[in-house]
Amino acid sequence: MLYREALNRALDETMEMDPDVVVLGEDVGLYGGSYRVTEGLVAKYGERRLIDTPIAELSIVGNAVGMAMGGLRPVAEIMTANFSLLAFDQIVNHMSKLRYMSAGKITLPMVVRFPQGVSRQLAAQHSESYEQMLCAVPGLTVFAAGDVNYAYHALKRAILMDDPVIFIEHELLYNKKGEVDFNTELDPFRARIVKEGEDITIISYLKMVDDVMEAVPRIEEGLGVSCEVIDLCSLNPIDFETIAKSVEKSGRVVVVEEDHRTGGYGSQVVSRICEELFFTLDAPPLRIAGEDVPIPYNRSLELLSIPTPDKIAVQITEWGRKNGL
Amino acid sequence: MNKLLAEEIYYYMVLGRRFEYAAKEHYMRGDISGFLHLDIGQEALSVGAVKAFEKGDLFSTYREHVMAIARGMEPRAVMAELFGRVTGVSRGKGGSMHLFDPSRFFYGGDAIVGGQIPNAVGCAYARKYRGEEDGVMVVFGDGATNGGAFFESLNIASTWRLPLIFLCENNRYAIGTEITRVSPFLHQAEKAAPYMPTMEVDGMDAIAVYETVKEAQKEIQKGRGPIFIEAFTCRYEGHSMSDPGNYRSPQEMQICKSKDPIERMRSVLLEKFGTDKQMVESLERRAEKAVEEAVEFAASSPEPEPTELYEDIFCKRCGNVVS
Ligand SMILES: Cc1ncc(C[n+]2csc(CCOP(=O)(O)OP(=O)(O)O)c2C)c(N)n1
Ligand SMILES: [Mg+2]
Repeated sequence: MLYREALNRALDETMEMDPDVVVLGEDVGLYGGSYRVTEGLVAKYGERRLIDTPIAELSIVGNAVGMAMGGLRPVAEIMTANFSLLAFDQIVNHMSKLRYMSAGKITLPMVVRFPQGVSRQLAAQHSESYEQMLCAVPGLTVFAAGDVNYAYHALKRAILMDDPVIFIEHELLYNKKGEVDFNTELDPFRARIVKEGEDITIISYLKMVDDVMEAVPRIEEGLGVSCEVIDLCSLNPIDFETIAKSVEKSGRVVVVEEDHRTGGYGSQVVSRICEELFFTLDAPPLRIAGEDVPIPYNRSLELLSIPTPDKIAVQITEWGRKNGL
Repeated sequence: MNKLLAEEIYYYMVLGRRFEYAAKEHYMRGDISGFLHLDIGQEALSVGAVKAFEKGDLFSTYREHVMAIARGMEPRAVMAELFGRVTGVSRGKGGSMHLFDPSRFFYGGDAIVGGQIPNAVGCAYARKYRGEEDGVMVVFGDGATNGGAFFESLNIASTWRLPLIFLCENNRYAIGTEITRVSPFLHQAEKAAPYMPTMEVDGMDAIAVYETVKEAQKEIQKGRGPIFIEAFTCRYEGHSMSDPGNYRSPQEMQICKSKDPIERMRSVLLEKFGTDKQMVESLERRAEKAVEEAVEFAASSPEPEPTELYEDIFCKRCGNVVS
């Protein structure tokens, strides 16, 4: 099953289950979604539940907040992360805070989904990542789907949960293939151990998990070690228990993210590891992140601006050598 | 409109179309990547409007190649930008959606729908403040007229009586969504009408577009405030190269192509302005050649150096450095 099909299936099943689930966004209905995530759903559920909106992101999220207040379970799709900025007022001032400001009297069972990250030469206004900003907003649950099975289970749970969820997808994952285990429930708040290992813990999420996995054989061969790879899955809250268990075992930790280095989400992860696990560390943590530049159009420059399997392998190998591996 | 100008407009329309077909071809060959939005079918609007608005600041969208060229930007430098080469107008860092040339008062090149409209309002304020007369024109699609940026701009530009032309390219679609499914109006000028005078024009007719924009520019220079023009047009291709465009029926496409702006302008030249056939053909050949030359230039240009990645984030004289 493809990643986008897994998302489609999650939407389909929750819509089938609960008539209050509605989907709204640009081109989600008749067109089937610009990444084909909502394909076929309008034929099944009609235009009242697959709502094609104008190009008005503030209203897409703002209306979803109101729909949730009015008793529905809206799933809002924003075409690309960069356009979610137009909805940031609604996300930050409304979606995240209404519950708290009303002392729990208002509940917002809603999801805002969007793809983010560097795709192929979409340039500066279509390539960014915003998990760092969203995770800095108390009141938002932030899931990042880097895996097909997780995408299916986590989206389903996000829709059926009563709290507002930001559901982050990645531009390059929609055609990723994977197995979905329909029979085993999955806790979307738990990190996923993609590969077990002993000597280095590599923490990542979204598409970078695949890049890390591509780099791992080279790192293991070069250093003669084994790596444990963790896909965080839930960025806020973070499954620190899984991280701690792994770091206590390995004593060495690397965090890989696509996002700009300064203020990037990985800095938060490293900070917490240093605060809580300082004495278990055998080496200073390593962060591999995107450059602090707007994403350029030219392909070579674009690849220079973000981590790649190559860079990940080289940097971790060098860091390992420097730190006694 | 005189014969010479009509011929020039025709030349740029043909140049624009050939340029777009070449871009399409090189996208399919893998020389161009990312989002590529073609202007094919909308040339009368792009060229007519830009040629009429000779001076003054021009703000456009991601579908801006033809406007950029009509504004005087070198086709070779635009093509090189599409190829991501260092000889491109944005040194390969902007790509198809981000063409800029402030020396020609061309401000791109914005890929956030509606995002350029408030910028144009601010620019119009600055021009008025400095006593500069040419005014500003901002171009956007029908889809952009549903966003907050548009409505806020109508209000501000008319309250401040700014010298600004709002030019709406109504091709009836925002990607796959037909305008009547997301707007109560067929004519988006109705949204602007409470705030400012509005004009409507057949966007497939270059001369009509030219004359309408000329008249509008005279109007905004009187100091009474902005004006809204709605031009009805049709894009022949999908929204971008990643859109198959199959939400429009073959009949619909046939009707839309039967009003082909280039065919139309060609017969106007031949029949109304008495341009002889040889001249028309030589204009076409010139356009063809310019595009060939542009592609050759782009293809043989070098890629940007890796150091280019960190250039142009800040202006150096402000003392900022990225470390
Ligand atoms: C704020 C924002 N939302 C969504 C998009 C994605 N998008 C790009 S172009 C487009 C349609 C625009 O339609 P219209 O304004 O009619 O212009 P046209 O492409 O038809 O020229 C959409 C939805 C975007 N670029 N920016
Ligand atoms: Mg349109």
